[in-house]
Amino acid sequence: MYPKELKYTKTHEWIRVEGTRGKCGITFYASDQLGDIVFVELPEVGQDVVKGETFGVVESVKAVSDCYAPVSGKVVAVNEMLETQPELINQSTYDEGWIIEVELSDPSELDDLMDAQQYEKHVEEAGHH
Amino acid sequence: MTEARKTPLYGCHEKYGGKIVEFAGWLVSVQFGGILDEHRAVREAAGMFDVSYMGEFFVTGEDSLAFIQKAVTNDMDNMVDGQVRYSPMCNHEGGTVDDLMVYRFSSDRYMLVVNGANVEKDFAWLSRIASEFPRATLTNASDDWAEIALQGPASATILQKLTQTDLKGIRYYYFVPRAEVAGVDCILSRTGYTGEDGFELYCAPGDAVALWDALMEAGQDEGLVPAGLGARDTLRFEACMPLYGQELSENTGPLEAGLGRFVSFTKGEFVGRDALLRMKEQGIPKKLVGFEMLERGIPRTHYTIVRDGTTIGEVTTGSFAPTIGKNLGMGYVTPDTDSVGADIGIMIRGKQLLARTVKMPFYKRRAK
Repeated sequence: MYPKELKYTKTHEWIRVEGTRGKCGITFYASDQLGDIVFVELPEVGQDVVKGETFGVVESVKAVSDCYAPVSGKVVAVNEMLETQPELINQSTYDEGWIIEVELSDPSELDDLMDAQQYEKHVEEAGHH
Repeated sequence: MTEARKTPLYGCHEKYGGKIVEFAGWLVSVQFGGILDEHRAVREAAGMFDVSYMGEFFVTGEDSLAFIQKAVTNDMDNMVDGQVRYSPMCNHEGGTVDDLMVYRFSSDRYMLVVNGANVEKDFAWLSRIASEFPRATLTNASDDWAEIALQGPASATILQKLTQTDLKGIRYYYFVPRAEVAGVDCILSRTGYTGEDGFELYCAPGDAVALWDALMEAGQDEGLVPAGLGARDTLRFEACMPLYGQELSENTGPLEAGLGRFVSFTKGEFVGRDALLRMKEQGIPKKLVGFEMLERGIPRTHYTIVRDGTTIGEVTTGSFAPTIGKNLGMGYVTPDTDSVGADIGIMIRGKQLLARTVKMPFYKRRAK
């Protein structure tokens, strides 16, 4: 459910870093909590995102949820497939369900993120509230 | 707040993997397999809902009809035994106390089915009105009844496997006061809140699990699935059936909600009549409209509706409408905007997105 090669935020986003870029999405826990996703609001390519601030919105039938940037940087790509197939987030959470790709402005920010094991523990604790 | 209660079917919510939430003081599932799948199942096959949180009141005695006529806005005078009729129930200002179903068992015995969130309020409200009718007795029997809603085009086929009662003999909005379904005594009613054909079964709490399991098994071949509050809401939304707390409230009455056909000014005195009549004569201050988003965005409850830079109202319910495949909404607007085909704006996260008013209901099942 939580691939080892990814990094995770407390707010349930993931990032897959390759070189100086990272693809981001929301985690299985987040998509499962939301249920069937029916709408995604994407940022513009070229827009700056700031770690911890919202970069987009994911909506399920019942809920509206902000997405928070795991790192700061510039948006270099957005997953336009999600505009017509938002369900890709439920169906292929860590691959076709990616939301944005960011050119990292400060790779050291990655050190603040959780690995899969830490995130799994974080989710377990969240589940008990 | 008191602690949320478990319905008699709580074990079934767990057994079928429901995502359990608190609703109207009860623990019930918002979804089982997923809202979209459940929604589709009800439109194309069948879905089953635990609606045991609904309240059941009984009215008995020779003044039963007179009392009910005083309490609700619709005319119940010409009902026959075994008939069901919907009505708003208004306060003195013409706002809505609740909306409910009236079941006529006989001229001196009726059942009122009210919204789960309003059971206590309604009972107190109705008790005050009942005090004017010494020969009518009102009882709150909500704890004596579990309720299962079996909804969708395959409902009759599934249910007929379990009962000797000829379902062809029960028309829409009629009921059988005592039917045996899978060996369980039920009030069997051809009603629902989804816009589909379907049944609502009222049984003793102790029989509810056996009835649920029997229905589930009988419906396997027809594609019956357990369904939760989420699908119940999207289904009623597409059919533009009002939800108390959203389209109706103490401040919003039946005329604003487009429910004028359920208000009878000719049946005699009833609570709220003067206020409603005044509103009808002087003009209805806001009207419920349906609309379709033309730009990308999902309207949600309380979002602002604008036109030509001015706020004209607020969204009551909005959603992706699964059967229609569009983002739709309902909301109250000033009465000059209620024509179909008007361009309006919905404020979504600070941006004004274009929408257009459309005809309601959004979804209507094809007549057989």
